[in-house]
Amino acid sequence: MTDDFVIDVAAMTKQFDGHKVVDNVDLQVHAGEICGFLGPNGSGKTTFIRMLCGLLRPDAGSGTCLGYDVINESEAIKRNVGYMTQRFSLYEDLTISENLDFVARMYSVRDRRRAVRDSLDRLGLSQRSRQLAGELSGGWKQRLALAACLIHQPKLLLLDEPTAGVDPQARREFWDQIHELAGQGLTFLISTHYMDEAERCHRLAYILNGVLLAHGTTGEIISETKLTTWEARGPDLLEIAKKLRINEGVEQAVHFGNLLHVSGADSQALEKAIEPYRTGLHRWRQIAPGLEDVFIHLMKNSKEKTSQ
Amino acid sequence: MISRAAGKRPRFSLARFWAVVFKEFVQMRRDRLTFGMTIGIPLLQLILFGYAINVDPKHLAAAVLLADNGPQGRTLLYSIQNCSYLDLVRRVNSESEANQLLERGDVQFVINIPVNFTHDLLRGDRPSILLEADATDPAATSNAIGALRTLLNSALQNDLKGPFAFLAGAEGPVDLRVHARYNPEAITYYNIVPGLMGVVLQMTMTVITGLAITRELERGTMETLLAMPTRPIEVMTGKIIPYILLGYIQVILILSVAYFLFHVPIAGSLWLLFAVALIFIIATLAVGITFSTLAQNQLQAVQMGYFFFLPSILLSGFMFPFRGMPQWAQWVGEVLPLTHFLRIARGILIKGNGLRQIIPQLWPIVLFIVFAMTVAVKRYRRTLD
Repeated sequence: MTDDFVIDVAAMTKQFDGHKVVDNVDLQVHAGEICGFLGPNGSGKTTFIRMLCGLLRPDAGSGTCLGYDVINESEAIKRNVGYMTQRFSLYEDLTISENLDFVARMYSVRDRRRAVRDSLDRLGLSQRSRQLAGELSGGWKQRLALAACLIHQPKLLLLDEPTAGVDPQARREFWDQIHELAGQGLTFLISTHYMDEAERCHRLAYILNGVLLAHGTTGEIISETKLTTWEARGPDLLEIAKKLRINEGVEQAVHFGNLLHVSGADSQALEKAIEPYRTGLHRWRQIAPGLEDVFIHLMKNSKEKTSQ
Repeated sequence: MISRAAGKRPRFSLARFWAVVFKEFVQMRRDRLTFGMTIGIPLLQLILFGYAINVDPKHLAAAVLLADNGPQGRTLLYSIQNCSYLDLVRRVNSESEANQLLERGDVQFVINIPVNFTHDLLRGDRPSILLEADATDPAATSNAIGALRTLLNSALQNDLKGPFAFLAGAEGPVDLRVHARYNPEAITYYNIVPGLMGVVLQMTMTVITGLAITRELERGTMETLLAMPTRPIEVMTGKIIPYILLGYIQVILILSVAYFLFHVPIAGSLWLLFAVALIFIIATLAVGITFSTLAQNQLQAVQMGYFFFLPSILLSGFMFPFRGMPQWAQWVGEVLPLTHFLRIARGILIKGNGLRQIIPQLWPIVLFIVFAMTVAVKRYRRTLD
C-alpha cells in the first residue's frame, strides 16, 4: 500500500569529507500533502532535498520518489519534480517571460507559448513579463521561481526555504497558493525556519545534525514530546527568568513580549521550580507548548545525548 | 563639541588600515589559484622570453638540389652542412620535389647548385647559385641569407689557391641569387595579419566560453540547470554554437580588413580557410570549456585563458620565428593548435596552399580537440557532488 506515498525513502545518508550531513533519514510523504521540513541551519535539509531530485548522489539509502527509484531513475524524477532553490537561481539577465520560456523548452513542455502565458497569468506576472528577473524585488523573484518550477506541471514540488527574505504579505499569498495547489493534488516538501509556516503544513519533519528527530502532525509532535509549559505575567520577569534557567527542572525560560514561557519535560520538577515565584504578584497558568518550544527542547535533548 | 567632531574629517587610523591589509592577505590565501597564477605567469614569461625566443633564428631547415658532380660542388655542400644558420635536412633530385617541400613548409630554403657548377667555376664564368627562400616570415630568413652569402665565398677560398686564386676576385667566385618565394617584398604584415586571425580567435573564444559555464556556477543558475532533465552534451554543444558564429564574424572581419586595408594577397581558397577555421574555433572552444570545468569562478577562468594564451602567442611562430626556438620549445609549440592554424592560414593566404598541403597541420588540431573534450566531459559534473 505504498502507492499513496509520493516520497518513500529509507536510510538516506550523505557524507561530505567523512562528516555525515544526512544520517539514516527515513521519510514518507503522502500525495496531496504539504510536508514542512524543519531544522536549524546546516542540519542537512538542503542536502536531503538535493538527494531527492538527483542533484546529489546518496552514499546509502533507498526508496522511491513518485514511484521512481531515487538512485537509478533520477532522470525520470527530474522530469516530474519542481525544485525551487534556496538562492534565486534563474537568469537575472533574462526577462521574466524569457526565463519561463527557457525552462519550458528544457522540460519539452507541449504547447509552450500557452504554458508560459498561462503561468504568467496565474501568478499575476503578465504586466511585468518583459522586466529583467534581476530587477525584481524579493517577493516577485519568489513568484517567478515558483512559476518556473510549476511550468512543466510536476506532481511533486521541493521548495528549499522559499520564503526567506520575503515580506509577510507576500508570504501569506504564497502559502494560500501552496494550499490551493495541494488541493489540486500536488505534493509539497517545504523547508522553512518560520514557525507560523510550519503550522500551516499538514505534517512536519524535524531534522537536526542530519538525524530525523520528529515526524508527524503538529499535534502529534507536541503531544509526543510531553513538554509542560507555564506562562507568567507580572513584574521583574527578566530577573525571574535568569534564576529559573539555573534550576534543574527548567529547560527553557523564554520571553514573549510581556509574558514569560517556562518549559520543562518533567512537569513535577517544573512546578517545584516555579513554586517560589507563584506569589500574588504574578499570574501563572499552564498552556500548551508551542512548536518552537518543542523544537528547542528537541535540540537541547539531542545535544545532551551527544555530549554524554 | 559633537558638531565639531562631526564636521572634521576622520583621521587616518592605523588600526583600520591594518584591518584592511590583514583581510586582503587572508582572502589572497584563500584563492590559491589566483595566487599561483601571479607567481606562475611571470615565471612562464621569463622562461619563454629568456630561453625560447630567439630573434636571430639558426638551424633553419634547408634542402639542397645538387646537380653538379665536381669537387667544388661537394665543397659547398660540406660547408653548408657546417653552417649554424642552416640544417640540411634533405637532398632532393628534382625541381618539383623542392617545390613541394617549400609549399608544405617542410624547409625554409632550397639551395640549387646547377649542373656544371665546378666546370663553370674553374673557367671563371662566375656560376650562379639559386637560393629559394620561403620568405613568408621575413624575420626568419634575412639573417640566414646574409650568412650564406659570406659562407659561399669563404668556403671556396681553400680550393681557389695558386693558379685559381684569380677566380676569387673582387666580386667573389660565385653569384648568389636569392629568390624569395611568397612575400618577395618582405612585407612583415603579410605574415602578421593571417597570424593575427588565429591569435584573436583564440583569445576571445577561449576566455568567452570559459566564462560561459563558470558564470552559471557563480550565479547559482547551475543548480537549476542540473535539476533539469538534461544531458551534459546538450548543455555543452548548446553553449558552443553561438560562439562559433561569433568566431566567424571575427574571421570575416579580420579577412576584410586584411584584404581591403592592408592589401594582403589572398592566394588560396577562402572556402578552404573558412572550413579549417571551424576546426580551429572548435579547438579553442574546447579549451575554454575545459578551463570552465576546472575554474571555480570567472576570474580564474580568465586567468587560465591568459595562461594558455601566453605560450600560444610566443611559441606558435606568431611573434617570433618558430624554427629559431630550441627543440623543447618547438615540441611545446607543436602541441598548441595555434601553431598549426598559423601555418595553415599563412599557407592558404600567402602560398596558395590547397587541402593536400595543409592536411599535415590539420590532424594535430583534431587530436587536440579530442583530448580537450575528453577532459571536459569527464570533468563536467552531472550532480553538485
